[in-house]
Amino acid sequence: MARKLLLEHINVPGINTFDVYRQKGGYRAVEKALKTLTPDEVVEEVKKSGLRGRGGAGFPTGMKWSFLAKPEGVARYLVCNADESEPGTFKDRYLMTYIPHALIEGMIVSSFALGANTSYIYVRGEMMPQIRILEKAIAEAKNAGFLGKNILGTGYDLELYVQPGGGAYICGEETALLESLEGKRGNPRIKPPFPAIAGLYGCPTVVNNVESIAATVPIINDGGDEYAKIGIGRSTGTKLISASGNLVRPGVYEIELGLPVEEFIYSDEYCGGIANGKRLKATVAGGSSVPILPANLTLKLANGDPRLMSYESLSEGGFATGSMMGSGGFIAFDEDQCIVRNTWNFSRFYHHESCGQCSPCREGTGWMEKVLHRIEYGHGKMSDIDLLVDVSKKIEGNTICPLGDAAAWPVASAIRHFRDEFEWHVKEPIKCLDTNYGLANYAQPIAKAEVTTGN
Amino acid sequence: MSDKVKVTIDGITVEVAPGTTILNAARQIGGDIVPPAMCYYSKLEGSGGKCRTCIVKVSKGSEKDPRPMPKLVASCRTTVMDGMEVQNITSPEVIEARSGVVEMLLINHPLDCPVCDQAGECDLQNLGYEHGLQKTRYEFERRTFERIDIGDKIQLHMNRCILCYRCVFTADQITNKRVHGILNRGDHSEISTYIQTAVDNDFSGNVIDVCPVGALTDKTFRFKNRVWFTKPIDAHRDCPTCSGKVTLWYKGENVLRVTARKDIYGEVEEFICNTCRFDKKKTADWVIEHPTVISDTSVIASNHYETLKPLPVIQNNPQLQQANKVELEKTTKF
Repeated sequence: MARKLLLEHINVPGINTFDVYRQKGGYRAVEKALKTLTPDEVVEEVKKSGLRGRGGAGFPTGMKWSFLAKPEGVARYLVCNADESEPGTFKDRYLMTYIPHALIEGMIVSSFALGANTSYIYVRGEMMPQIRILEKAIAEAKNAGFLGKNILGTGYDLELYVQPGGGAYICGEETALLESLEGKRGNPRIKPPFPAIAGLYGCPTVVNNVESIAATVPIINDGGDEYAKIGIGRSTGTKLISASGNLVRPGVYEIELGLPVEEFIYSDEYCGGIANGKRLKATVAGGSSVPILPANLTLKLANGDPRLMSYESLSEGGFATGSMMGSGGFIAFDEDQCIVRNTWNFSRFYHHESCGQCSPCREGTGWMEKVLHRIEYGHGKMSDIDLLVDVSKKIEGNTICPLGDAAAWPVASAIRHFRDEFEWHVKEPIKCLDTNYGLANYAQPIAKAEVTTGN
Repeated sequence: MSDKVKVTIDGITVEVAPGTTILNAARQIGGDIVPPAMCYYSKLEGSGGKCRTCIVKVSKGSEKDPRPMPKLVASCRTTVMDGMEVQNITSPEVIEARSGVVEMLLINHPLDCPVCDQAGECDLQNLGYEHGLQKTRYEFERRTFERIDIGDKIQLHMNRCILCYRCVFTADQITNKRVHGILNRGDHSEISTYIQTAVDNDFSGNVIDVCPVGALTDKTFRFKNRVWFTKPIDAHRDCPTCSGKVTLWYKGENVLRVTARKDIYGEVEEFICNTCRFDKKKTADWVIEHPTVISDTSVIASNHYETLKPLPVIQNNPQLQQANKVELEKTTKF
């Protein structure tokens, strides 16, 4: 049984309330940090833990904290990025819904470490239930003396606010989030300056994901060294994975990093295999923005080693075969799923969510979506496939923020790994439109992949 | 210790003040190595970084940290570091990426130069000529909009807009009443005056000057003439509102339009008021100075095209010649 740090008490009735959370050892990390450690020592523990940002980029959290400018007489802010809205990613919402105090406790510990006296949890506007849950949890924590003035008599003050966002995917990008938090249109800022130098209201700011902030609680409770013992290589600790798609048991799972992907998909402890006895065709390992991997490369690396649920393993093998851990939004596709339709669906999302600030993203995402729509609906041309590859290249790396990359990667990788399926759509437009005919009659990608069907 | 930093762009080293952007460092060198800029405008704070036409490759970050930057960067928003090495026209990667950006910009921008008032002084026209493909690969319906009169003197034609945000910054920074901005998102974005109200203030006409394409046009000049048939003359008047330094565009003895004076990068030197721009169209209103200095390569100086010449740094370096083969071939065509 894998070790659980964040979801250890998920099944305890009333764990969403302050009293039960406290009975189960909650807020020990606040007491320990504020009473026995200095802010720098907290940062040091997080550095030792090797914790990497759980929002998608995987940048070392402790290092990010250490970049924070500390000019005299200027406020510093911690902003929690709870704008989770990537297709396939729903683990932060789960954490906020069922164990909100884990986030509140993490916010207090992290704010103390960063010297922030005002912190914000920026929640996607549509998540109204979670906003109410968090507001209630904050009120409970404040009543118990864990927020507000002179917390636990230590002299440390912290005000914590929940701010609903406007409901745009781009507001999950840290600088767009800050713009939105300041009450402006949620457009990404051009970096530099980075938020650590000039963030919210021009002050030094750290923006961290919900899960990253919650993970500081076990790090402070048990020590950074202890946390670093879990996991593999530079992927330390546990990670929440939101599994969806054609799985027997989709849901949110806490795994120890380094778990073989095959075990995650097929073992009864996690997803329980592919639904309806079908075969695995492909996976998206870290939310819709990361490159898709065919089944053979989902389970094995190019050299035949087992692929692990870790930042390094999922990106190993070069970009040509690799994917990313991303936000942990694991989507599985069975053999009946149409990769072209799925790619169009993802592309439609990024087209809709582009902020429109920079030219390649504004124009390119729409272009790709229209070409994919044409192919999927039987009007594609063979040259469209190369056109898509070319347009995705023109977008990738040339935009203000990573949304351009996020739009380009799924398209480029789908064509790289499933080109023959795209060609089949062009060659056999009637067959691919006929839902009765279905993809079951199109077995090429499956036949090519040496798919393991489970243990 | 020198308070300047050294930066090398396409093999040419220049010393600039700390905090200078790569684009402005390149402008200090001048010539072909200056990256094009559709959205950056030195007079407007916060502009730049959006159109991505000025992207360059930083092949060496600085003396302290010589690592190259992982992606191409917007030269208008990236400040130089001491020892930085930048490739603009000497990088095939940059040329390729820039042609991609131009292709994207032209997706929804009609090539109606023959009937566009901006023809002859359009940055996108130049860019399309230098980096564009001969044929579009985009086969879908284009965005189309109705023309909007924003005030009695300015017309907005969103079909041509490339969303550079310059007019938004202008309205925000030099006029006293912000009434226009961007509506919607993604490729549905549009410049709008919020329910089609008029832009009505003393400096509103400057949005026409900052527009790099023909989206915002002067209704007092529209379709009156082609810009290359007019003769620009620098003039001034004693204006209580602005500097009163303008360019008068003559056809015969008539002043067809009045604009602010622009530098060699097409940027306004000093913003002018609407009275000077729209209401003073008699020679008697002005103190004439001299004919405006026009670049020989501009269409306004028609029939005076200069032959394209490769930079000396390319002429002397076989490696750079190889990297810029296509560009060099162009020079022999003319």
